[in-house]
Amino acid sequence: MSQNGHKVIGTRPIRHDGVDKVTGRAVYGADIQLTGLLYGAIKRSPHPHARIKHIDTSRAEAHPGVRAVVTAHDLPQIADKLADLGEAIVNLRDASNNVLAYGKVLYKGHAVAGVAAINLHVAQEALELIDVEYEVLPHVTGVLEAMEEGAPILHEDMKTTSMGEETDKVSNVANHFQHKMGEPDDGFAEADVVIEREFTTQTVHQGYIETHNATALWNEEGQLTVWTSTQGAFSVRDQLAEILQMPVSKVKIVPLEIGGGFGGKISVYLDPVAALLSKMTGHPVKMTMTRDEVFEATGPTPGSYLKVKMGATNDGRLTAATAYMAYEAGAYPGSPVGAGAGCIFTPYDIPNVQIDGYDVCVNKPKTNAYRAPGATNAAYAAETVVDEIAEKLGVDPLEFRVKNGAKEGTRRADGPVHPVIGCIETTEAALNCEHYRSSLEKTANGKVRGRGVASGYWFNFNGGRSAISVSINPDGTINMLEGSTDIGGSRASIAMQLAETIGLEATDIKPYVVDTDSIGYTDVTGGSRTTFGTGYAAHATGQALIREIKERASKLWDVPANAIDFADGVFSYRDDEEKRSTFKELASQAGDAGGPVVAQVSTQPDGSGGGAFATHVVDVEVDRETGKVDILRYTAVQDAGTAIHPSYVEGQMQGGVVQGIGWGLNEEYIYNDEGSMTNASFLDYRMPTTLDLPMIETIIVEVPNESHPYGVRGVGEVPIVPPPAALANAIYDATGVRLRDLPMSPPRVQQALAENGG
Amino acid sequence: MSKKVHVQTTINGEAVDFLCEPRNSLLEVLRDDLDLTGAKEGCNNGNCGACNVIMDGRLVNSCCVLGVEADGCEITTIEGIGSAANLHPLQQKFLEHAALQCGICTPGFIVSAKALLDENPNPTEDEVRYWLAGNLCRCTGYDKIVRAVLDARNGA
Amino acid sequence: MATIYIPSLMRDLTGGQEIVHVEGADMRQIIANLEAAYPGFRKRLLEEGTQRIKPNIAVMIDGRNARRILLDKVNEKSEIHFLPAISGGS
Repeated sequence: MSQNGHKVIGTRPIRHDGVDKVTGRAVYGADIQLTGLLYGAIKRSPHPHARIKHIDTSRAEAHPGVRAVVTAHDLPQIADKLADLGEAIVNLRDASNNVLAYGKVLYKGHAVAGVAAINLHVAQEALELIDVEYEVLPHVTGVLEAMEEGAPILHEDMKTTSMGEETDKVSNVANHFQHKMGEPDDGFAEADVVIEREFTTQTVHQGYIETHNATALWNEEGQLTVWTSTQGAFSVRDQLAEILQMPVSKVKIVPLEIGGGFGGKISVYLDPVAALLSKMTGHPVKMTMTRDEVFEATGPTPGSYLKVKMGATNDGRLTAATAYMAYEAGAYPGSPVGAGAGCIFTPYDIPNVQIDGYDVCVNKPKTNAYRAPGATNAAYAAETVVDEIAEKLGVDPLEFRVKNGAKEGTRRADGPVHPVIGCIETTEAALNCEHYRSSLEKTANGKVRGRGVASGYWFNFNGGRSAISVSINPDGTINMLEGSTDIGGSRASIAMQLAETIGLEATDIKPYVVDTDSIGYTDVTGGSRTTFGTGYAAHATGQALIREIKERASKLWDVPANAIDFADGVFSYRDDEEKRSTFKELASQAGDAGGPVVAQVSTQPDGSGGGAFATHVVDVEVDRETGKVDILRYTAVQDAGTAIHPSYVEGQMQGGVVQGIGWGLNEEYIYNDEGSMTNASFLDYRMPTTLDLPMIETIIVEVPNESHPYGVRGVGEVPIVPPPAALANAIYDATGVRLRDLPMSPPRVQQALAENGG
Repeated sequence: MSKKVHVQTTINGEAVDFLCEPRNSLLEVLRDDLDLTGAKEGCNNGNCGACNVIMDGRLVNSCCVLGVEADGCEITTIEGIGSAANLHPLQQKFLEHAALQCGICTPGFIVSAKALLDENPNPTEDEVRYWLAGNLCRCTGYDKIVRAVLDARNGA
Repeated sequence: MATIYIPSLMRDLTGGQEIVHVEGADMRQIIANLEAAYPGFRKRLLEEGTQRIKPNIAVMIDGRNARRILLDKVNEKSEIHFLPAISGGS
């Protein structure tokens, strides 16, 4: 038995889908084979900004083996309309134009046509035979340049909006918003130390190893089926129905295993094109992206410019903070600047705050969510300034964070107050951990060493819709159907919550992720919501089963249902000790007392409950000569509310940390003067490997979420937030030089050390 | 389209003949023609290791080998390393250590780790990290993968 | 009366007031009364010609997500916030 009296929660069973995944049998999106399958490929723009004057597909259509060619003219034209598609707010016209460019291309790699052919090689040959005539336009790829007067304009009809109000100004700034609480000027006047710094970050990619894919079959009755890997099958269904202008009842999405998403596999790219090609040919059409297409034409997370100012008194109290945050949306509006602004100062209790956020279009792919979207950029700036203030005040940076930490009742800069959260508990656990208490030699092997810390916050989406459908087998095991695609072990974490509720073992539950025709609407696996939200539904399903089994037992035992109790996995009749049975024992007979036992539950939690907090400690070694930063030791501390399967909580923390390390030290989209990404491969876009890392130590703090029956908090996103700032603070501790531009790659570190004599 | 070539191989211990175009990679042949989809395509240029197989005792990226080059070779894919009823110790340890999240890189890691243990049954953590640096995983941060491989050593 | 926190960029409608108090038993009444006291809110908050909150605005009532269709109940002590809607990752 684990802690808190739980039998299943807190244990580490082998995941249900594990054997399939270690033996190579699990079927991912690209693994599907269908009879008569055709292969598709996409023709993409070589220019970052151009008007499409003419597309001639005749040579491609005549190529032997080619079966169909599509362009944007084959897609229905859609009016400007915002839709809430499972967490992401999407302008459907933009979504359609991003799938196949209409009129203009807005980034290098923008899709202009699709081909279906008898095999992939023939399809790729045909791409070369599509003639596109462009009028090349001036382009802009940097956020500050795009905001300047006279910058090339991506959308001639786009005017800046702010909180529902549209201005008259045509600009690349799609949106400006502001959070203001108290009077920052007064707060800075009270402060003894005020630090103001500027920061830049570059475009980075989620870097999932599985590339995007979609296989579509549009049959003769007009029914469209799409097999794909996605974070949200229902979101794909809704996007396809809107982009293709067809009823949702005509679209079925079959989610296959997904090879990573991190926020990047919610929007559709290939699916509508594969659908159209299937409609034209009458055959199933499979499309998969190449790695360079993933880099150049899916949704990375934005580069940004931030200016942060914070002030504190000599007794160590933060009095005011302001932030100017400009994020690149990419080709169409919708960067995660709103989320970043909601997170930037949230680990702290600061009375006077103003945050201005700008969502800015640039000639890069439309950005998308990436694990705590917007928050990592924000924390890089704020947590570096906090470190500098603590240093100026001569106080320990973690003690400073504890003293100013947010807690229940603290008002966030965007307005709402925190419910029960684990911010201070997490920071204190970091302060007291063996790593932070240990000493670090400041020089070794001719290199310098330093230690850094940083904290981070992510909202967590404590809401969303989830459905679960279960049937009891005569042997007392349960088939559990769910709509949440399993990216990292959520079949296990959800099944465990059902098992806990009804007193079974995790292995007694057989979880299946099913298609959109087979389960109720379920929101995306994203926003750190799945173990929370679909687990919430699993708990409710367990309660429904208990009620049903009581009804069956009342018939079998001939006693009133309301006199039957359920505790510790046993049903018992109050007035007769003989009438006791476990769930399994009753399940074997229950079918004879009213037919098969099934239950269907759908839930939509109300979104209350606090967010996730993390504090990280890192030791680095810096080679002054080369600028290379090596990680000696890393400890991540995080509030998980209640850890359902601790191994997968640790795994989320370790994975988030390493993505944050990549973002901090190496990863960036490098653009040339022609607006073209020059490093669109895993060789040149340098993600961390085994050799770059030590083990990642984890400390799970558990401050239960009041809004979940088992106290679950989402854990997936916040661990990516602190690493770049923690690394910057560690590099400063080692070298005496502060780096304020990501990534802190060897050339940048080397240059910063040279410029600052560090 | 060019003329297909007849290729004779041994895959996972069984004689397998196939026809392929000279331009087809071994990965394409395995996945599209032989239904061995355990090898995954993550990059198609030898940088991610998701398609790794063992060919005549050597670890190779099957995306960087032509199907015709496999003529006369013995190939081991993830499907040949163990089965549900008879898991290889590496597979068992990956499960016990929760050394996978999305699982797309897992076949490549297990094939790579098997090639390592075949050559060096008792590697150090450094040797494991050096050997597996050709396999990318974006979910786990590698911690649990490295632990699983260390735990699967003979001496473990 | 419920307490409404006005986002800084909507304070032009309230003469700079950060907090206003409005009667109403549900969100529909709150928005109607907000519009009556401070004309312009309906256009900023609702999709044109509908009783739905714009997709790019999120409403929170006492720390809970409100539904877009304005069904949520509000009480005398409720605290209501209008925020820019955000997207999540994984």
